[in-house]
Amino acid sequence: MGPYAKEELLACVIARLLDGARHAAIGASSPIPASGCYLRKILDPDFRVSLQQRRTANPFTEGSRELFDLAGQGRIDTFFLGGAQIDGSGAINLVRAEGRRFPGSFGSAFMYPMVPGTILFREEHSRRTLVPRVEFVSARGTPRALLTGKALFSWQKDRKKFRLESFHPGEDEKSIAAATGFEYDVSPDVKETPLPTDEELSLLRGAVAKQVVADYPDFARRIWGTTSGIN
Amino acid sequence: MKTPADIAAAIADGALLALPPDYSLVSMETVRALIRRKAKSLKLLGVPILGLSADLLIGAGCVAEVETSAVSLGEAGLAPRFTEAAEKGEIVVRDATCPAIHTALQAAEKGVPYMPLRGVIGSDLVAGRADWKIVDDLLIVPALRPDVALFHARWADEAGNVWVGRRRELATVAHAAKQAFVTFEELRKGDMLEDELLAPGVISSTYITGTAQAARGAWPLGVAGVYGVDDAHLSLYAKAAKTREGFQRYLDEWVRTPRKSFSPA
Repeated sequence: MGPYAKEELLACVIARLLDGARHAAIGASSPIPASGCYLRKILDPDFRVSLQQRRTANPFTEGSRELFDLAGQGRIDTFFLGGAQIDGSGAINLVRAEGRRFPGSFGSAFMYPMVPGTILFREEHSRRTLVPRVEFVSARGTPRALLTGKALFSWQKDRKKFRLESFHPGEDEKSIAAATGFEYDVSPDVKETPLPTDEELSLLRGAVAKQVVADYPDFARRIWGTTSGIN
Repeated sequence: MKTPADIAAAIADGALLALPPDYSLVSMETVRALIRRKAKSLKLLGVPILGLSADLLIGAGCVAEVETSAVSLGEAGLAPRFTEAAEKGEIVVRDATCPAIHTALQAAEKGVPYMPLRGVIGSDLVAGRADWKIVDDLLIVPALRPDVALFHARWADEAGNVWVGRRRELATVAHAAKQAFVTFEELRKGDMLEDELLAPGVISSTYITGTAQAARGAWPLGVAGVYGVDDAHLSLYAKAAKTREGFQRYLDEWVRTPRKSFSPA
């Protein structure tokens, strides 16, 4: 296993989390979740990925409302949500914090409670982003996991509390505790996040990069040096 | 109606103006014309989110109120003029969530007073919306009838129809709005409703108040299959608009100065 980018590690963690998923939808500005989903699709061709804002060959023919209609019927089992703030109850805030205005709630208020396997994803892992209580609840739901740039947490439905499953290379239990503003449990099997395999990396840099560049050109250029042809 | 400036003149100050997101056929040429004509007190409705169009109109002082599920420049980051205006309280922001806006427009197109929606309960959005009600664990959203729907189309035809392909949220908002103005890339001869392959992507002239040709009229946003998003320009904008001065310079160069063509490619 050679050198890898942090974004590649996160995409691999997402692809592994999706084992058994049938249909993931991806909303706005989510190049890492999109990369993880495309990687999963190579490993499991029956897995379906619907990228809401796909510029060409968009999966929806009823406009942007079709995503929400699909989710309302239970046809989507995986969705990704972030937040300016995320708290220990799993609530997310996409609206305002510390006097600052953020873009807004998007479809989260509907998607989070509707989709059984919402994966919370926020690269910045700090006491500023992972807080005891969000200032504004954009959405509440039952998350499947919380993935950050430092760690992976699972969600314990019975205890309504996150549990630290793994910390990424360079981190340890102590550094995660120092950077996390809410209380959480620690798995008895807590470990370092498994590194990307050679196979995963070569798929990411090949077929996945080619797909991601169409909708996230800046990201693909930054991570893989990939550039698109036309459009 | 001949030009985007004619459309801009027909959109009254203070109108509730429904606009699509950056990925769904925005009539950017009319947005620039609204800024040139110094439109005032517009109320923008994001169907269901907004981006560059709203940021330009807000920065140029054309907007009093925004109802939307988000305003963002996507990969280019936060929408800087929206962010500053919201933080300083210069505009009213009515926060919504995407399916609530779709549902409100669907109620309007059906001519019913309200429609129910699942989810959403548990979000602080509900407390901020006196017009939303909760009945039997469902959110009840009142019908929303914009004064004007404004968007761009691949084609218009001699019968006054427009073709938007798979961007069917534009059909919904055209059905729901009191007036719909559309700019288009190219004029087609005849009537697209007579073509079985084109017809499913058509919005009938029944709903269209006026059209005007604007080749590359969505620039710097794209029209799928015709031209792509000008990502370099979007990052140029995002950088320039970080300050009021930079934004004014952007307006001077790209909006206020009349250009023959918006085709830098």
